[in-house]
Amino acid sequence: MSNPLAQSLQGPWPAAFWRGLRRILPADGLLQKPLDVAAYECDGLPVYRARPAAVVLPRNAVQVGQVLALCSEYGVPVVPRGAGTGLSGGALPHPEGIVLGLARLNRILAIDPEGRRAVVEPGVRNLAVSEAAAPFGLFYAPDPSSQIACTIGGNVAENAGGVHCLKYGLTTHNVLALKFFTADGVLHEVGGATGEGPLDLLALMTGSEGLLGVAVEVTVRLRPRPPATVAWLAAFRSLADAAASVSHVVSDGLVPAGLELMDTLALQAAQDYTRIPYPAGAAAVVLAEVDGDEAAVTQDGERLREIFLAHGAFALQEAVSDEDRRRLWLGRKSAFPAVGRLAPDYYCMDGTIPRRALVPVLAAIAVLSRDYGLPVANVFHAGDGNLHPLILYDAAQPGELARVEALGAEILRVCLAHGGVISGEHGVGVEKLDGMCAQFSAAELATFHALKAAFDPHHLLNPGKAVPTPARCIEPGGMHVHGGRLPFSHLERF
Amino acid sequence: MVSHDDTEGLVAAVRAAYASADPLEIRGGGTRRHLGRAPSGTALSVGGHSGLVEYDPSEFVVTVRAGTRVDELAARLAEAGQVLAVDVPRLGAASTIGGAIATGLSGPSRPYTGALRDIVLGARVISGTGEVLNFGGRVLKNVAGFDVSRLMVGAYGTLGLILDVTLRLAPRPEVEEVRQLACAWPQARSALAAWEAALPLSGACYERGVLSVRLSGTERRVAKARAVIGGDPGALTVFTHLRDLSGDFFAQGGDLWRLLVPPDAPWDPVETVIDWGGAQRYWMWAGEVSAVYAQAQAARGQAMRVWGRDRGASPWATPPPATQALMARVKAALDPRGILNRGRLYPDW
Repeated sequence: MSNPLAQSLQGPWPAAFWRGLRRILPADGLLQKPLDVAAYECDGLPVYRARPAAVVLPRNAVQVGQVLALCSEYGVPVVPRGAGTGLSGGALPHPEGIVLGLARLNRILAIDPEGRRAVVEPGVRNLAVSEAAAPFGLFYAPDPSSQIACTIGGNVAENAGGVHCLKYGLTTHNVLALKFFTADGVLHEVGGATGEGPLDLLALMTGSEGLLGVAVEVTVRLRPRPPATVAWLAAFRSLADAAASVSHVVSDGLVPAGLELMDTLALQAAQDYTRIPYPAGAAAVVLAEVDGDEAAVTQDGERLREIFLAHGAFALQEAVSDEDRRRLWLGRKSAFPAVGRLAPDYYCMDGTIPRRALVPVLAAIAVLSRDYGLPVANVFHAGDGNLHPLILYDAAQPGELARVEALGAEILRVCLAHGGVISGEHGVGVEKLDGMCAQFSAAELATFHALKAAFDPHHLLNPGKAVPTPARCIEPGGMHVHGGRLPFSHLERF
Repeated sequence: MVSHDDTEGLVAAVRAAYASADPLEIRGGGTRRHLGRAPSGTALSVGGHSGLVEYDPSEFVVTVRAGTRVDELAARLAEAGQVLAVDVPRLGAASTIGGAIATGLSGPSRPYTGALRDIVLGARVISGTGEVLNFGGRVLKNVAGFDVSRLMVGAYGTLGLILDVTLRLAPRPEVEEVRQLACAWPQARSALAAWEAALPLSGACYERGVLSVRLSGTERRVAKARAVIGGDPGALTVFTHLRDLSGDFFAQGGDLWRLLVPPDAPWDPVETVIDWGGAQRYWMWAGEVSAVYAQAQAARGQAMRVWGRDRGASPWATPPPATQALMARVKAALDPRGILNRGRLYPDW
C-alpha cells in the first residue's frame, strides 16, 4: 500500500491547489503532517492502510462543496469518511488523494416530532439521533452495533443495518431525503417528505459507498417507540436444531425485531468474556426480541416458545426489564471481541442466504471447517439470513492465511449456490472486490461503472472501491483481524 | 396463472430497437397508459412473460415475471396464506406486477408497511442495449453493488425493461376490518399519532369529515384496537378503492395530483381525500398548476401529477438543471440510445 508520492507533504499537486484548500478551510481544517494524518490511514479494517496526501476537515456544507469543486478542478481523488468504523476498507485513503472527513458536520438541524422526522448533518452519530428523538417517544430504527460512534453519513454510504432491521428495515428504508454534492461540487436534493421522486436516486445513493456523491444533509424517518419489548433466549443441544427453529420462526410468519444465533464456540468465548453463564450443555442458542403492543408481545412470545420447544430447546429464558434484556444480549454483543481471544487472528465473512438454507449451509461450513482443519465460530443475524462465520487462525503460521482465504472462498461459494449474496451489511469496500466478480456478470459490473461515470465522470470519488474492474476478478474475500484487536475494540460489533 | 418465459423474445426485440434506435413502448396490461406523459414508440408487450419464477412460502419471498397480473399473483399467494407485504395498486383487472413496479405507486398501507420500493429485493431487467442484468437478490440484506433494482421502481420503464422482480411477502392477517369516526382533521391526526405505535393499523384515510382506519392482525389485537378506537364499522372497499384509484372521487374528471407532505401538514379545503395517515393528499384539480406546487412547497412537500389532460406535462416538477442533467446521465448509463419508454417521465429522455 505504500506509495512514494504519498511520502511528500505536498503530494503531486501544485501549490495553487494547497493554497486553494487553505482559503476554503478553517486553520485547523487541513492536516498534512504525517503524525496528524496517521489516524486516518485506515478505517475499521486495519489490514489495509495508506497515507493520504492530506486530511480535510470542513465545518459546513459550503466548505464541502468548495473542497470538491477544487479537487475536481485539479483532478485530486477524494475519499469521504465519517467516523471510520466501516469494516470493508471503504474509507481506505487514496495515497495521492485527500480524505474528506465529515465528522465536524455534526449538528442535528431539526427534530420534527409531529412530522416524524429528523434532519441531520452527516457527521451526527447514529445513536445521537435516537437520543434526541427519545423525549418525544420516537427513535431512529437502524442500529448498527457501532451506533455509539458511527455516523449517519457513513450509514447512508453503507446502507447500514443492525439487530432490528429484520422488522424495521435497513438505512434505505428509513431515509426520506438527502442533500449531496457530486464530485464536481454541485449540490443535489433528492427524496422529500415521503422519500419519493421522479427517479429513486435516494436508493441509488444509499449503499453507494461514497462513489457517487457526498451527503451533507440527511432527513431520516423517526418511529414511535413500541410500548413493550421482551427478549427470549432458547438453548439447544445441536446447531442444526437451533437453525431449524429460526427457519421455522420465519416460515411461521413471525417477524421478531431481532433474531440471532450463536454456536458452541461463540457461546464458550462469550461466556468466558462476560462471566454470564449460558445453560449448561447448550450447543447453540437463539436470541429473539419481540416488540409492539402488549397483546402482540404476549402472542408472539407464546408462539416463539412453542416453536423453540418443538425444535428441542431444553432451556428458555425470558427477559422483560431493561436490565435483564441487557444481560441477555451482552454475550451476543461482545461475541466478536470474545472470539478474538480464542485465536491470534480471525477472518470475518458477511454472506447472506435465504433463511430456509440455514441448516444445510451451516452444516456445509462445519464440514469445510473440518476439512481445512480451521475452527469456525458462528454468531450472526439468523432472522435475516446474514451469516458471520469467523475463521480462527494464526497469521504467523506460514501458509495458514492462504488456507483461510481458500476456505472463505468456498464458504462464499456455498452461500451463492444457495441463492445468497457476498455481503449483507459490511459493504464491498476494498475487501470484497473479488467477491463481486463471483456475484455479478461483466455486463452488470459494466452497468455499475456506467452509473459511477454518470455521477463522477473523472472517477475522483473513492476511486477503486466497491466495484471491481473486470481485470480484477480473481477470488472472494473476507475480513482479517489480528490479535483480536478490532480498531475501536470497545465498540459492540456486528 | 399462465407461466411463460419470454426473455429471449423480449431481448431480441430490445436489441433490434437498439440497432435501429427506434423507441419502444413497454406495455404490460395497458391499464396505466394514462399515467405520466403520453407513451410513444412501437408497442412491446411484456404480457406474455408471466408466471412465478420461484416461490417458497417458507421464505416469504417470491420471484415473479413482470407480465403476471397482480390479481393472479395475489390469488396464488393467498393459497399459501400470504400477501404482498404492501398494498400494490391495480388499476384494472389486467394490471401487471411489472406495471406496478414501473409506476411505483404505493397503496394506503404505506406508512405502516413501507412503500412498494421497500419490498423489492431484486430485479432482472433488459437494459437499453439489450443485455439481461440481475440486480439485488432473493435475500433480505444485500449491500453488494449499487441498488439498481429499487431505482427501477417509479422510473416508468425508462431505465430498463423489467423481466422479473423479487418481492418480500407477509402472512395474510387473520382479521382485517375498517372503523370509521366523524371528526375534524386535526383531531383525527392527533388520534392517529397516539394509535400508530400501539395498534395494528394498516391504513388511515380521511374524506368528507370521516376518518377511516383499517386494522389488520390477529383477532385479539384487532379486538383490542376496536375497543380503543370506537366508531362504527366501515367497508374494506374504502381502502381497496384508494389503493386502485377507483371509486367516486377518482372517477371525476380533472387532473389527479398527489401531494406528498409531512403527516401533520394542515388540511386544505381543496383536498377531498387524505391518505397515508396525512402524508398523502389527493387533489382533483382543474386550476393553475403553479397553485399545486405552491401548496406542496408551503407544506414542505412535493406534488406529483398522477394523470391529467395535458399529456405533455411531466408527472413531477422539473428539478434544477444540474439534477435534471444528472438524471439524464443516469438514463443514458442504462439506455444510451433512449429507446425505452422515451418521454414517459420527461420530454428529453
